[in-house]
Amino acid sequence: MGMGLLFDATRCVGCGACSSACKEQNKLPGPVEEVLTAYTWTTVQPREGLNVRRMCMHCEVPTCASVCPVAALTKTPEGPVVYDAERCMGCRYCMMACPFEIPKYQWDRPVPIVGKCILCSGRIKEGKQTACAEACAYEATVFGKKEDLVWEARTRLRQKPGEYVNHIYGLTEAGGTSVMAISSVPFDKLGLKTKLPGEPPAMRTWQVLSNIPDFVAVWGVLLYGVHWITARREDVAHAEAKDNGRENRS
Amino acid sequence: MTDTATLASRRFRPGFWTFVAGILFLAFLTVTVIRFTKGLGAVTNLSDKFPWGIWIGFDLLCGVGLAAGAFTLTAVVHLFNLKKFEPIVRPTILTGFLGYSFVIVALLLDLGQPWRIWHAIIYWNPHSVMFEVAWCVMLYTTVLAVEFAPVVLERFGFNAPARFIHRLITPLVILGVMLSTLHQSSLGTLYLIVPSKLHPLWYSPMLPVQFYISAIGAGIGMVVLESYLSKRAFHRHLEMDLLEPLARGMVVALGIYGLMRLQAIQRNHAFGSILEFGYEGRMFLLEFTLGVILPVALMSFRRLRSDPNWLVAGAFMAVLGFVMNRLNVSITGMEAASGTRYIPSAMEIIVSVGLVATGMAVFAFAVRNFSIFPGGPIGAGPDPKPGA
Repeated sequence: MGMGLLFDATRCVGCGACSSACKEQNKLPGPVEEVLTAYTWTTVQPREGLNVRRMCMHCEVPTCASVCPVAALTKTPEGPVVYDAERCMGCRYCMMACPFEIPKYQWDRPVPIVGKCILCSGRIKEGKQTACAEACAYEATVFGKKEDLVWEARTRLRQKPGEYVNHIYGLTEAGGTSVMAISSVPFDKLGLKTKLPGEPPAMRTWQVLSNIPDFVAVWGVLLYGVHWITARREDVAHAEAKDNGRENRS
Repeated sequence: MTDTATLASRRFRPGFWTFVAGILFLAFLTVTVIRFTKGLGAVTNLSDKFPWGIWIGFDLLCGVGLAAGAFTLTAVVHLFNLKKFEPIVRPTILTGFLGYSFVIVALLLDLGQPWRIWHAIIYWNPHSVMFEVAWCVMLYTTVLAVEFAPVVLERFGFNAPARFIHRLITPLVILGVMLSTLHQSSLGTLYLIVPSKLHPLWYSPMLPVQFYISAIGAGIGMVVLESYLSKRAFHRHLEMDLLEPLARGMVVALGIYGLMRLQAIQRNHAFGSILEFGYEGRMFLLEFTLGVILPVALMSFRRLRSDPNWLVAGAFMAVLGFVMNRLNVSITGMEAASGTRYIPSAMEIIVSVGLVATGMAVFAFAVRNFSIFPGGPIGAGPDPKPGA
């Protein structure tokens, strides 16, 4: 388990310092937008009297990384799911597959790439925290080891049971994520996806793909066997016809 | 082909359609230029909420699916040894090859950076269905090209290499059937990853098998249709003695597929959403009636199967229902979860229609100039067997 973020919706005031810091850190053009785009990797949305941050959840078993045909998206041991723009050919299967609908595309460019939060992978490697966590003056977004963050979240839920929904979003969703959230309002009302399977979606395709080598062997032998039988039948029919002809002649 | 000109001038129809295909091809080129100078957003109605449109739903899923006649018939003739179907193998291989070429051209437009398409060869991710799809497209297009090569080689008198390929036909056909099985099913596997997005009328853990079997059914339908279209265009007779038993195969494939679909819907407890008769329910009913119920019911009667008009109608419905199914899986079934409606832009449609028209024009050209249908190139004069 690597590093992660804990977002506490009860503490967020919606100042947007995290989004601005993200833009600056990752040199993203344009102003912070209301929804995620290829140029806005995190944004704060007002919902139900609270403010909720939208960003990549950095899954433990990322669906995007499993579907990418060229392995442009990968999960690093430190926690971030990073993107190698040099490899990406733009099939956009990651966008289709992501259960959190995070990867976004540069639809306006002739040479487009995907844009999504990379959890300040470079900064983490240097031992620093993410730009958004550093910018947050209210400790609504805190950075740390994932197990410490889970501990911290549990402590807050236990100490103020009335103020929180008794669930840590991201602990089990889509197999668990490095970014987690706690809130006083049910998560679906904050616009977060709640009907997600507890098992990583990647398992569903791997169950099929992992059987391909076995399938190829069996199917190949079966098809050749069919050919062998039908061809042999034809040979026998020919030979019998020949024999019959000889008998008739004699 | 000295007689090709006379054939074209004798009747107006081919000339007119060539003209239409030419216009469409020019429109297609224009869209291509805009696509590569202004980006995907300028030509498509795709968005962050809806990243895959008809270039995937129609061009890729249907282009590959309707090419399934090639592997089905090569298997019937070369593995099951039913040699009487040999006369219609060549047109199906040609359709298969054109279908796959069509898919590749569409992919070159749809991919964000198509000049990196070769990355799938060097950067491997065996966990990705798209990786499997990429390899199947590459390998099976090669197999189809080799299977079709003898037609071209014989035409120009290179008989030795043609005979060499003919001797390798069994392993080649087995390879082709294996790749097709993997590829047809993998297009269904693509959608296994979106259990929370695809509507329960279409999502099923059995999607790979459903895609495979429905492709066999619709692939046979395409064989009937292309025989009919070339009959009309070139005043050929319809090989009813071959197409009638093929239609029986189509009934069996579509029947199994239909049952699988109903079982999947039962397991998803989704029959209610048909009765609600909403957007998805109506689209499902249309797809299932057209693509499964009607063709299976009508083609079960020998009297209807043996009537050229009914046979072509049945095959047409099966193909249309198949196209609707692929569009429903890739578009209709994904709309609710995406929170948006996707309607393809005029330019997206131009590309798809332009590609279909180009494919048909190339097919017609090949039929006139090569020995595709029994009896040699159509319009080649009295000698039906050039090259031998």
